[in-house]
Amino acid sequence: MDFILNDEQELFRSTLDKLLSAADVPAATRAWASGSPDAGRSLWKSLSEAGVFALALPEASGGVGLLPVELVTAFRVLGAYGVPGPYVETVAASVLLGPSPLASEWLPRIAEGDALVSLALPEVPYALDADVADLVLVANQADARLGLPGAAHESIDPARRLFSPAPGEVVSSGDSGAAYNLGVLLCAAQLSGLGDRLLSLTVEYAKTRQQFGKPIGEFQAVKHHLADAYVALEHARPLLYGAALSHGSPDFARDVSAAKAATSEAAYFASRVALQVHGAIGYTDEYDPTLLIRKARALRGAWGSPSAHKSRVLASLDG
Amino acid sequence: MDLDLSATDGFRAEVRSWLREHVPASPLPSLETSAGFDAHREWERELHGARLSVVSWPEEYGGRGCTPLEWLVFEEEYYAAGAPGRVSQNGINLLAPTLFLHGTGDQRSRFLPSMASGEVIWAQAWSEPGAGSDLASLRSSARRTDQGWLLNGQKTWSSRAAFADRGFGPFRTDPEAGRHKGLTYFTFPLDAPGITRRPIGRLDGKPAFAELFFDDVFVPDTDVIGEPGDGWRVAMATTGNERGLQLRSPGRFTAAAGRLVSLWRSSSFADDSAMRDRVADAWIKARAYRLKGFEAISQSSDAGAASSVNKVFWSELDVALHETALDLLGADGELADADGDWMEGYVFSLAGPVYAGTNEIQRNVIAERILGLPRGGR
Repeated sequence: MDFILNDEQELFRSTLDKLLSAADVPAATRAWASGSPDAGRSLWKSLSEAGVFALALPEASGGVGLLPVELVTAFRVLGAYGVPGPYVETVAASVLLGPSPLASEWLPRIAEGDALVSLALPEVPYALDADVADLVLVANQADARLGLPGAAHESIDPARRLFSPAPGEVVSSGDSGAAYNLGVLLCAAQLSGLGDRLLSLTVEYAKTRQQFGKPIGEFQAVKHHLADAYVALEHARPLLYGAALSHGSPDFARDVSAAKAATSEAAYFASRVALQVHGAIGYTDEYDPTLLIRKARALRGAWGSPSAHKSRVLASLDG
Repeated sequence: MDLDLSATDGFRAEVRSWLREHVPASPLPSLETSAGFDAHREWERELHGARLSVVSWPEEYGGRGCTPLEWLVFEEEYYAAGAPGRVSQNGINLLAPTLFLHGTGDQRSRFLPSMASGEVIWAQAWSEPGAGSDLASLRSSARRTDQGWLLNGQKTWSSRAAFADRGFGPFRTDPEAGRHKGLTYFTFPLDAPGITRRPIGRLDGKPAFAELFFDDVFVPDTDVIGEPGDGWRVAMATTGNERGLQLRSPGRFTAAAGRLVSLWRSSSFADDSAMRDRVADAWIKARAYRLKGFEAISQSSDAGAASSVNKVFWSELDVALHETALDLLGADGELADADGDWMEGYVFSLAGPVYAGTNEIQRNVIAERILGLPRGGR
């Protein structure tokens, strides 16, 4: 047993982190929100070249996977920078595409970073970024169908463009449960990364912002908010990796639900602390950390609310 | 990265089978009573006979030299079996690590085997009426005498001290030195001439701890741990043990959370969504703490400030878990003599956010030593 990232996984993490810290993700996010996806698509391509989608796909489709620990590691970094686009949806959709006649065309395209796929499921009613997606799927317990974007909705996170897709032609039969579970895991990973980064941005702010003649981070009331966020995030991450390691086992559904409930609550709590400690600047549209603050609220409810997942955890525990 | 525990399967099976045969069918009387204390001491002797009382210690002192992972497995099995509370835990978890780090060979051979067998039960004597969270302000003193020291002053909130055999803690030996300097770490028999013990009732009236009054109590040089004047460093070296995994292992919480789920299923709240959320929350957090434990033992760095993160988490989890249980019990949630020991667990849990350094102190440690925020500004 060894429950930490190995050197190779850590190197992969830091490669993605460098890639995103060098890119202007906030600018790409704002452009994406206003309907100009070029910068976001360019990021998508770069991340794909770094191997993000290959981790989710079998070798026959141009991938190396599926490698759940590496995927979770990658999606934590995507979450940390709030990268816009249907990353979770594309990987989850690849599970549905696998057994379909569309597999030979779309899986290699996904592996190459050449396909954004949007997805709606019974638990995920709104298809993310369906307007810019190259393919939209609508799936349930019975089958997966092609979808058309349908009516648009605004999210609290303007970089999440939501649609109520209309289902069309059937592309494969079977239950969408496996796709859902993988999506839940990756959404939880984004939340975990997002929460960690918001906390570290807020700690840096508290060290530099001066009031009453000293850094606000010197005040105990501020310290305790930040410490509580750290405690919550530190105990959510092990649930996330624990779930990644149970991929393929009968406990996977239970474990992804535990991870999603905990990462949603920890990241959302961190976002509240971030808002409080930043004060008014954190409440403004122009401030970069705000992009993460509002995404925390959106992702908390996306791919199943904490309450829905807690219910699933208890249902999975046999008396 | 993996969570493969199969290497510990044999050990787990041995522990499980021994516990199944030996855990008393009905709970022992409370260890906060004289009769209960003796019964728990006898249980320690039985555990020791199977070399299960201190599995992580070296064999020469009565242990098995278990790895941290095997120790976590032992704890999971121990609490899952509903085995008795550990009356010797303050010695085993708090003093023993200090002896391994700062004790002499002679002290280890004199103190550790009898601690492992339950023959000598140890009580921690750190806090004073004027020195709680601010431990470095302690005023109990020790002054030089021929071949030893004379201890004077008062210690309080000393768990188990009403019935225990020996105590340990820091005393001020150089009043001229700074707050953190001039302290020395002593051990002493609690029936030494000059010590007066006064049991203190806890929240529910049971005598769970005691105050100790010292009036020229002689302690020989051979019972001083570490160098004179180095008591703060000796004490702080093991606070990580008190706050972190060692004292409150994940097994306690995963076992309690499992019992909570069963209680919820048989309660009248099985369809109540608010209660369902609380029960699930306790189960998820117990699992989080278990996995966090695996993460901690996978890292080579020592506990240090990270144990403060554990302490805030497990102490709040423990309170919430037991509050939920009492709420599920409805009117019976008031009963202190009901089956299941939920009330005992609840009363015990309420002390968690206070002892071993209040959670406010832990949050300062996290903020300053982990997050790197500026010190000061209390």
